[in-house]
Amino acid sequence: MADLKLTQVIKRFGDLETIHGIDLDIKDGEFVVFVGPSGCGKSTLLRMIAGLEEITDGDIHIDNECVTRVPASKRGVAMVFQSYALYPHMTVRENMGFGLKMAKVSKHEITRRVDEAAQILQLGPLLDRKPKALSGGQRQRVAIGRTIVRNPKVFLFDEPLSNLDAELRVKMRVEIAKLHGELRNTMIYVTHDQTEAMTLADKIVVLRSGNVEQVGSPLELYLNPANDFVAGFIGSPQMNFINCEVLAVTADMLRLRFPCGLETDMPAMTANVKAGDNLKLGIRPEHVLEDASGELVICVDVDVVEHLGGSTFVYADYAGDISMTLQVGGLSDINGKDKREISFNRHYCHLFNEAGKSIGLRKDALELKAAEKMLPMAG
Amino acid sequence: MSVKHLKTLGWYLFLTGIGYVFLFPLLFMLVSSLKPEQAIFADLYSIRAILPVGELSLDNYRQVFEKSNVSLYFWNSLFITVGTVIMGLFVNSLLAFTLSRMSWRGQKLVLAVVIALMIIPLEAIVVPLLLLASKLPSIGWEGGMLVLKSSWLNTLHVQMLPFVANSFFIFLFYQFFRDIPKDFDEAAELDGATPFQIYRHIIVPMSGPVFATVAILHFLLMWNQYIWPIMAVQGEDARPLMPGIQIFFGRQSSWGEIMAYASLVTLPVLAVFLMFQKKFVTSLAGAGIKG
Ligand SMILES: Nc1ncnc2c1ncn2[C@@H]1O[C@H](COP(=O)(O)OP(=O)(O)OP(=O)(O)O)[C@@H](O)[C@H]1O
Ligand SMILES: [Mg+2]
Repeated sequence: MADLKLTQVIKRFGDLETIHGIDLDIKDGEFVVFVGPSGCGKSTLLRMIAGLEEITDGDIHIDNECVTRVPASKRGVAMVFQSYALYPHMTVRENMGFGLKMAKVSKHEITRRVDEAAQILQLGPLLDRKPKALSGGQRQRVAIGRTIVRNPKVFLFDEPLSNLDAELRVKMRVEIAKLHGELRNTMIYVTHDQTEAMTLADKIVVLRSGNVEQVGSPLELYLNPANDFVAGFIGSPQMNFINCEVLAVTADMLRLRFPCGLETDMPAMTANVKAGDNLKLGIRPEHVLEDASGELVICVDVDVVEHLGGSTFVYADYAGDISMTLQVGGLSDINGKDKREISFNRHYCHLFNEAGKSIGLRKDALELKAAEKMLPMAG
Repeated sequence: MSVKHLKTLGWYLFLTGIGYVFLFPLLFMLVSSLKPEQAIFADLYSIRAILPVGELSLDNYRQVFEKSNVSLYFWNSLFITVGTVIMGLFVNSLLAFTLSRMSWRGQKLVLAVVIALMIIPLEAIVVPLLLLASKLPSIGWEGGMLVLKSSWLNTLHVQMLPFVANSFFIFLFYQFFRDIPKDFDEAAELDGATPFQIYRHIIVPMSGPVFATVAILHFLLMWNQYIWPIMAVQGEDARPLMPGIQIFFGRQSSWGEIMAYASLVTLPVLAVFLMFQKKFVTSLAGAGIKG
């Protein structure tokens, strides 16, 4: 059980700085997910917490104890590797007990704790096999079991599910969630699969090229992304962005002109906005309506329609070169190439200034729900 | 069907023929060692030269043991070879481990030096080495007493220590270790293993093939040492088998006896090779080295 605190953590490989001063507070028992595009430094940050990568500058505290210069094995952390890194010449039991053996724990105690962990993960029948004789999912469970045995303060996972097929991935995701529910340890989990991030996390940390873009609960990031990067990264399919020009500014309202000429008022934080600015308006595919029933109606050229049964994805071009994605619940009456009107409502729109920072009003899940009910055709 | 069988038969004949070409010297040696002197010459120009026919006996072997100190030589060779190989496996793999899996100041330089050293043949350094060995003091037994000797010459260890570390073997280990994913080390590091424990519990058990390869190559290298022992060892006490054959040759021995001596020298090598053959072949294939 442990709090974790990162203060101005910096990592340089030679002259190349890849982590630029990260501050982060992780509370005891929290499930924290690091997400971000490839190469943004998720693994590096995780490995610095683990003690596998030297910390160039800054400090890491676990349980209010500075561990910046403490070797990996003494930090009380355990890690599940993407490759699992099960020792091929040892049986499952030996793999799981290796850490305890190194810590000179008695044979009897090792057996007891390995059995206990095997119980939790249903590994009992596999204990005497070598890793070679296990399936991908079983290996994954052994890798997790190996960390449980050591009873660490913090669990670290580096893309643990990326080597599994889609079906197994969902299954293991649920198991990991269950495990966290049972053990209640602090867990840090790296992924670039945002479904994993959304479903597992108490708290998501979005990283981009070595900087923290935003920290928050999955819903918070979904509803109130701090900038256009987070807005585009969280949510699938990706949020649609439309460039709009500011025509006039009042205390809490912006007059915007869409690329197609449509003019409308939009509530926003207008402090640093002036007429003539270019803004990005963001609207999620699931909030775009396939007809003209919403508040703001635009005309698009439908390109491709994907019928998934439960939902339908529509890919369209707006004002020439802006691609728009629509997610329609259930079946859609859009069929193939077509020119048609689509629409959306103001309270679902996000606004980002030229620097990408959000200037939209704070959204609240309850308010959104209420607003939805008032507009019966929204969905 | 018959065409196919003929083809197969043809192949076998062809391969057997080739096999004979390569086996000929070996067979000739073994067979001749069992024959009396006249029979060897009588059979020399016929197929009988490599067939165990005629009057066969172990007389030649008996003569070898009588005329020469071969059993002493044999134990010397075995001690030198096995001792050096065991020390070598440890030393060479440990250096390769630190070169491939740890990071320390000067690492690149050491690796470059190790690779560069592979080009230098023993012959190039043998004279300075001899000079060095003659000046190094050592402790040894003489007449049941522990005495301080003024040089390393005429000892067993002078035949071992210069050959323990070997840049080629270090390089073989290095290449093999380099391809083992770093994740294993890191997992073990998190498990609380020290670098040496990682070496001992993780890397060594995963590297059976390369250990077998190096063991065989090192064994052959040591077993066949010739120039160095001739230079560094004059007395009988520390003489190994290979220089022994030269001495024996010089002592008016018959060809049959020489063949018997040669067989005695060759058989242990064959035995070792056959023992490790499978691992040896797989590891050569794995290392991407063409045999
Ligand atoms: N040992 C190293 N030496 C130099 N640069 C490195 C090293 N390790 C990582 N980097 C660089 O640091 C950056 C972050 O790498 P990192 O592996 O943390 O990315 P990541 O977010 O985990 O990406 P992915 O999702 O692909 O795993 C990358 O630009 C990478 O090239
Ligand atoms: Mg990574």
